Amino acid sequence: MKITEQEVRYVAELAHLALTEEELARMRAELEEILVYMDKLNELDTTGVAPMAQVLYEAEETATLREDIERETFDNATALANAPSAGGGYFKVPKVIEK
Amino acid sequence: MDAGFLRSLTIDAVRQGLLRKEFRAVELAEAMLRFAQAEDARTRAYLHFCPERAFSAARRVDEKIARGEDPGPLAGVPVAVKDVILTKGVRTTCASRLLANYIPPYDATAVVRLEEAGGVILGKTNCDEFAMGSSTENSAFGPTRNPVDPERVPGGSSGGSAAAVAQGTAVVALGSDTGGSIRQPASFCGISGVTPTYGRVSRYGLVAFASSLDHIGPFGKTVRDNAILLRVIAGRDERDSTSAFAPVPDYPALLDGDVRGVKIGLPREYFKGLASETGDLILRAVDLLRKLGCEVFDISLPTTDYAIACYYIICTAEASSNLARYDGVRYTTRNFEADTLVEMYRRTRGEGFGAECKRRIILGTYVLSAGYYDAYYLKAQKVRALIARDFAEAFQKVDAIITPVSPFPAFKLGEKIDDPLEMYLSDIYTITGSLAGIPCMSVPCGRTASGLPVGMQILARHFDEAGMLRLADAFERAGGTAGA
Repeated sequence: MKITEQEVRYVAELAHLALTEEELARMRAELEEILVYMDKLNELDTTGVAPMAQVLYEAEETATLREDIERETFDNATALANAPSAGGGYFKVPKVIEK
Repeated sequence: MDAGFLRSLTIDAVRQGLLRKEFRAVELAEAMLRFAQAEDARTRAYLHFCPERAFSAARRVDEKIARGEDPGPLAGVPVAVKDVILTKGVRTTCASRLLANYIPPYDATAVVRLEEAGGVILGKTNCDEFAMGSSTENSAFGPTRNPVDPERVPGGSSGGSAAAVAQGTAVVALGSDTGGSIRQPASFCGISGVTPTYGRVSRYGLVAFASSLDHIGPFGKTVRDNAILLRVIAGRDERDSTSAFAPVPDYPALLDGDVRGVKIGLPREYFKGLASETGDLILRAVDLLRKLGCEVFDISLPTTDYAIACYYIICTAEASSNLARYDGVRYTTRNFEADTLVEMYRRTRGEGFGAECKRRIILGTYVLSAGYYDAYYLKAQKVRALIARDFAEAFQKVDAIITPVSPFPAFKLGEKIDDPLEMYLSDIYTITGSLAGIPCMSVPCGRTASGLPVGMQILARHFDEAGMLRLADAFERAGGTAGA
């Protein structure tokens, strides 16, 4: 499994993650080594095996549903308290729509 | 209250001291906080303390005792909480620069339950960033040192919680475990730690890393302390839809020391190529269990060799999704120089995440990306089913499985940090149980010639924490943990 810097750059864009040139080079080498190791899984025949999408669930399907009862939730100020930038009761972000 | 006294405390000893009026909970909290701050100069087990919260919890316990009420099963017990578990009004950083100033508006369910039981939270403990690592060296705020040998790591990712209990600056602690993050540091620091059955303890308020693998669990110097704390935090929580409905037994009451006729399996795949000192100590421990009346069987878990590849595909895929929320908008730090929204996301995350988180985001995004999903993620989920099936078959023959926790004892700081694959491979013995969702624990079983603790892992059937704890407790009563 050969991984190119171009592929790492593409994946980093998908993940919205800025990497320096140095990080990119190191990540490429590490990713390649790790993915070569991962290829080991192909030694196992998994024909007909259902993927384990759920770990453990011992109750009936609707058991986790609760009554729809109104209850207190965070007020606006609490929800915004950790925001790096907020104003007028909203989270503020760089301009998204141009005039 | 001198250091020796504080170090020796168990939950029962705290309870007796309080009920006999030898000390008040507030006095204990004060002494323990002072002791913890002093010891931390050497080990940095804690990231920050919360004295106000500790004193108000301790005062409530003292008031209850004064009124003659039951102060609860954790009355006055000093507890350390891993800093990936939310504490309302008390900074919760996940050892990440991104959350350096994050103050949660709510408590995790495990935190609520342990305080309702009279527990006194002293502070938040260091860990690998977002619980990703095996040494606590991936903390953005510097590593924790192993109290047994400060040149060495305490293990990870819950290294701070394990170190706090081992050095006696908390009687018990909460950690989280995704692939061994409770068991491995417990073994490196010479204490006990439990990863309960998947769903046994609510994860509401646990910052998510890999949701199909994340657990909250206890650390304690004794098996009994683990049993008491686990009983307090376990049980269905409507705020975590993955939490289990199964009733919670009275774990401490079931520790009767009788393990006659218990069938133990030793999986041969776990003992080949094991560093001899660790292997010898485990086999010596098994001999002791045999003397206590256990029957020992040779078993096989044939898919063991595939567990690491399987685990690191699933956990990185889930991590890349879970870490997407750290976007600079709602609760993290932000890069303020970017002009566009996407550039702000990219730079905030690029500056905020440490190397290991970035590696896992890239790997996880890669294995989920178009064209690779079937080859990696889907394949890994199928292999996970096979690993779980191996355990299910083994548990038709035996009641418990015994293995090492780690191939080697605590290593030196810096020794493995530059080789991520090597670090991943060291998780081999703990991740299989995590993938199967079964309860597992680490209990000390001696030290190497150079004085480093070694842990024995016990794995049991789904929801059989009681059987697992009984076996560990019987081993402890018989002197198996002595010298660790």
